[in-house]
Parts: sequence; C-alpha cells; structure tokens
Amino acid sequence: MKTFDKNKLILAVAAPVLAIVTALVITSAIIGATGKDPFHAFQVMLDFGSKSDSQVWIINKATPYYLSALAVAIGFRMNLFNIGVDGQYRIAAFFAAVVGGALTLPGIIQIPLIILVAMAVGAIWAGIAGLLKTTRNVNEVISTIMLNAIGASVIGYLLQDGRLAEKEGNLIHTPYLPDSAHFFEIPTQPKPVYGFVVIAALAGVAYWYVLSRTRFGFDLRTVGRSESAAQASGVNVKRMVVTSMVLSGAMAGLVGMPTLLGVSYNYGTDFPTGIGFTGIAIALLGRNNPVGMALAALLWGFLERTGTQLEFEGYAQEIVGVMQGVIVLCVVIAYEVVRRYGLKAQQRKVGEELAAQARKSDKAEVSA
Amino acid sequence: MRRVSKITAAGVATAALAFTLSACGESSTESGGGKSKGIGLAYDVGGRDDHSFNESAARGMDRAQKELGISGRDMTAKNGETEADREQRLNSLAEAGYNPVIGVGFNYSKSIEKVAKDFPNTTFAVVDSVAPGKNIDSITFGEHEGSYLAGVAAALKSKNHKVGFIGGVNNALIQKFQAGFEQGAKETDPNVEVTSEYLYANNDKGFNDPAAAKEKAKGMLDRGIDVIYTAAGLSGNGSIEAIAGQKDAWAIGVDSDQYQQPGLAKYKDHILTSVVKNVDVAVFELAKSVKDGKPLTGNHQYLLKDGGVSLSTSGGFIDDIKDKIEAAKQKVVSGQVKVKTAP
Repeated sequence: MKTFDKNKLILAVAAPVLAIVTALVITSAIIGATGKDPFHAFQVMLDFGSKSDSQVWIINKATPYYLSALAVAIGFRMNLFNIGVDGQYRIAAFFAAVVGGALTLPGIIQIPLIILVAMAVGAIWAGIAGLLKTTRNVNEVISTIMLNAIGASVIGYLLQDGRLAEKEGNLIHTPYLPDSAHFFEIPTQPKPVYGFVVIAALAGVAYWYVLSRTRFGFDLRTVGRSESAAQASGVNVKRMVVTSMVLSGAMAGLVGMPTLLGVSYNYGTDFPTGIGFTGIAIALLGRNNPVGMALAALLWGFLERTGTQLEFEGYAQEIVGVMQGVIVLCVVIAYEVVRRYGLKAQQRKVGEELAAQARKSDKAEVSA
Repeated sequence: MRRVSKITAAGVATAALAFTLSACGESSTESGGGKSKGIGLAYDVGGRDDHSFNESAARGMDRAQKELGISGRDMTAKNGETEADREQRLNSLAEAGYNPVIGVGFNYSKSIEKVAKDFPNTTFAVVDSVAPGKNIDSITFGEHEGSYLAGVAAALKSKNHKVGFIGGVNNALIQKFQAGFEQGAKETDPNVEVTSEYLYANNDKGFNDPAAAKEKAKGMLDRGIDVIYTAAGLSGNGSIEAIAGQKDAWAIGVDSDQYQQPGLAKYKDHILTSVVKNVDVAVFELAKSVKDGKPLTGNHQYLLKDGGVSLSTSGGFIDDIKDKIEAAKQKVVSGQVKVKTAP
C-alpha cells in the first residue's frame, strides 16, 4: 500500500513539473529563435518581478483575474462553457457604476449596494443564456458569446454624453462614485494593495465550500460528470443549469469591482476589457482548483508585469503572450499525458498481480 | 483534514501573499536613475507600424533623433489594457531617464497625470487629450477641421453622391472626425448621402482590427458608397484594402499621408487623400523644447490654420478640385465656417 501512495504522489507532482519544464524549454527556444538570449530574459523577469512595487502590481492585477477564473470554473465544473464572463462583468460593472454614481449613501450601505447590483446584473445576463439552454436548447457557447456583443452594444448606447454618461475631455464615463464608495486599501510601500483582494480570497473559499462541501455542489459536479446519471439519481438537471449559470454570472459581476471601487471610480470608455477571456485561461491553468487558480492568476500578473520590462530590454512585446499560451497548452497536455501514464501503470500493475495470482494457483494445482 | 487544509490554503494563497510579500524587497523605482536619454514614446494600440496615428508620432521621434541628435525609445500598448499597464509603461520610461515621456493617445491622459506627479523633473506629454499638471504638455488637434476638408473632397469626388465614414471606436475623439466630415460633405453637396458607422461601440480594439474595417467597408461599397473616410488607426488598412478592390472607389486616409506609406503602396491608386494630423511636428517641437531647457507645458492646440492638420495632395487625385478645397480651407481658417466637434 505504501509504495502505491508514493507512486501517486510522484504522479501528482509530475504533471506541473513536466508542464513548467516544457514551457521553459519551448519559450527559451522561441526567444532564441528571435536572436535574443533567453536566460537573460528570465533573469530580467525574476529581478523585476520580485521588486516590491512589482509584487503589489501583480497582486492588484491578479485580483480580477482570479474572480474571473472562479466565474468560469463554476461553469466548467458543471460542464458548461461560460464564454460570456467578459460581457457579464462589463455590463455588471456598468450598471453598478450608474447606480453608485447616482446615490450618495454612507459607505457601509453604498459599497455593498454597488456590489450587489453588479452581482445581480451579472447573474441576470448569464441567466439568459441558462434559460435559453434549458428552454430552447441553445448551446451556451453560442448564446454567451452573442450576449457579449449585445452587452457591449447596450453599454455603447447608454455610455454617451447626455444618456447615462458624462464627458471629460475625450473620455466618456459614468458620473464618479462618491468618496464613500471607495473601497479600503491595504497600505503597503510604495503603492497600496487594493482591499478587494480580501473579497477575492473569500470568494475562493466560498467556491471551494459550496462545490466540495454541500449537497448542491455535489449535484453540480454530478451533472458535470454525467447528465443522465444525475437525472437518474433525482437531480433536476435543468434547474442546475440555470442555477449554475446564475452563480457564474454573479461571480462574474465581481470581476469589475476591484477596478470600479479601487481605481477608476467610474465606468468609462477606458474600462478594462477582455478579463473574462483571461479568466478562461486561468481556470484551465489552475485546473478549477481554488488554490491552483490563485497561483495561476498571480503567474499571469507576473508575466504581464515583467512583459513590459522585457519589451523595455529590447525583447519582442509578444513574447509574453506566447509564454502565456505555451504555459496553458503545456499544463493541459502534461496533465493528460500523466493521467494516461498513471492509468497504464495501474493497469499493468493489476495485470501483474492477476498473473502472479494465476501462477500461484497453477503451482498449487500441480503440487496437489 | 485534507479538505480543511485546502480551505486555509485557498484563503492564504491570495491574502497572505498580499500582506507578507509586498512589504519586503527593494522597489524597482529605487534602482536606476541617470540623466536624460532622449524621447520616451508610449504608443496606443496598433504600434509604430500602424501607417497612421502612431506612425505619425514615430516620425517626430525619428526626426528629433536625426536633427537634434537625441536618442529615443518606444513601447506599444496591447489590446484590453488597464490603467495599471499604462502607468507601468510610462513609469518604466520615466524611470529609465527618458525625457520627455509622451503618451500617444487620449487613453494615457489619466496615467500621465498620475505618473507625472512622481517625476516632477521630467516633462510629460499626452496627445489628443488635456491633462492638468505642471510638467505636462497637452497636445490636441483640430481633427474636425481636417475632416471637414475631407468631407468637401469626398462630396466633390463621389459619382453616386454617397459617401461613408468608418470610425474605429465610437468615442468623443472619433466623433470629431465624423462631425467634420459630415458637415463638409453636406455643405458642399446638399444632395449627398452620408453614412457613418463604427467598428466598435466602446472597445479600443477598434483601432487594431483591420479585418472588421474590411468587412465594414465592403458593406458600404455594396450599398453604392464610393468614397469612404476611415478614422480607425491600424484598422484603416483593412478598409483601404477592401476599397482598392473596387474600381472607381476612393479611400480617404487618416493621421499620416497614407499614399506615401510603403506598407500601403499596393493600394495607393485608390487613396484619394489623407487627413494628416501632424503629431510628428508636436513631438519634435516638444523634444526640441526639452533639449533647449525650456520645456513646453500646458495646452497646445494644433489647428488647420497653423498646419497642425492638413489634407495631403500626394498622388494628385485632388488636383482638379484644389481651388474648391483651398476656398473651403480659407472659410474655416477665417472662422466664416464653424466646424462642429460632435455630430
């Protein structure tokens, strides 16, 4: 029994190590092919990425990424591909900014109100896709990505001077949130860490708890593994689809909050886009695991932070994008390779044991 | 027990990192320094080779390098950036000792304002926006005036009396182009039909998506529109390509004289003219002022009257209507015609 456990441990470590080594080798080769020194690049990244202001930057950058990955992962666990996190968080942040900018309440009411509006709008937007899937059998990949476009157009229509927005130079944005709506910051040197990282950590814990410790989470994962089996065991699959889309959308609603409550205090034409898609990569990289995704989000932030520095050192700017892609591919492939290898090893072992047993009984018969 | 340890890890992984790691270590801004290394140029999406807006700024840097003997450094924005990305880019440039540091594009206005405070001895500039600050030069252009002339040319050249405008992103800046173009076309030919469309409602990818512009231009051509003005940075290459595929259709370029762009040489027979925005002049003037020790700060408008914007004539396709365009220009310069800045 002991040796079996050891093998299992080796297999568990093998996948990430294999992925990292392969990714390093491939990116080194690519940097080398562009005629630059890859080892110098890695050194620049490590040096620059470990500076204190880089650490703060990376954490601030990783916070929305982590929330986005959680939103995507909720769908993944249920075998739903919510590709619309991008549209969900943007429309959620937009309406949250509109509501927040129109009211001036004490912070203790104002901030939760803004967050709740964002979660509700995100949930509704994702819920549309859930309803379409259960009632009209529309594939959620199609509907969520189309809802992205619709969401962008709705925002584009409302985000005009005289409608729900105001003009400041060439920037158009919703009215500023009152000071009471500014989220707290963790005072670090030289720049502060946005307090929303605490909410992100709590969301990670909630994700873990709901999915692994509740009946609901069990049902959700069952549906993800096999719809028919779940149905047979009495799970209402349709309701699960809608509920998990709604949950995923509510989580997506949080993605824009670190920016809205901590940086911009408004939703404008310069509000960050594309975090929803980054979330898909991070959920894949972190394998839907709350800790794994946190590490993946930080890794992503690290790569983006150091990528600008690489450009500064004369490396191609695109190299970081290539690295990110290579890492995701390596992780997905490495886990699959290790899984298959483990399966084969197990089969061989069982085979050997059976053969040994057969030999034993043969001997017993002969001697008898 | 294993599960419980996972809970702790989930929380600790994000939160603990935030508290412990960030407190220690040297800040990147503490290492470095030195004297001015030349121009630091931070491009908008599309980058140096967009044949348009960014390239115009790049030309200014190249000229400063040649004529003033100062060096320079340029960096490019990615699609879907956040304030943090832009701040970091400006910070890196200022930190490395580049002076002036120029943000090309109005997206840099907030980040310039912030970073400029941390480097009081460096001169910053932002193109297409006004940012307050003692060491900031705000460079803006009369895009609506240049676009007015483009509208005049388009209306005179259109056989079907249908002209089109394609904007990269529907924001206040690009609306200035649209407003000027529409007004110029209508005042020249009251019967002209102007169609204005945007690639994206509010995503800066609109300046970096030639495929979308190509589709948009094809759609306009199919409706019989035969002169199309595209104000969309790098995306404009796509619409020029589509227009070049149709006989008797004209493209109007933007920001740089696109007829002269080697990358667009294949299509130049269809580039009627370009609304040139002389970002290069602004960049050069600023670099010179910094070198002379009298850095420009405050608001600087580059309008039609001082050559900040102009209509290019290379190719000679508008030579036949030169007089009418000159007359329209005089009306704008003298203030007889007031060009609107919003449609």
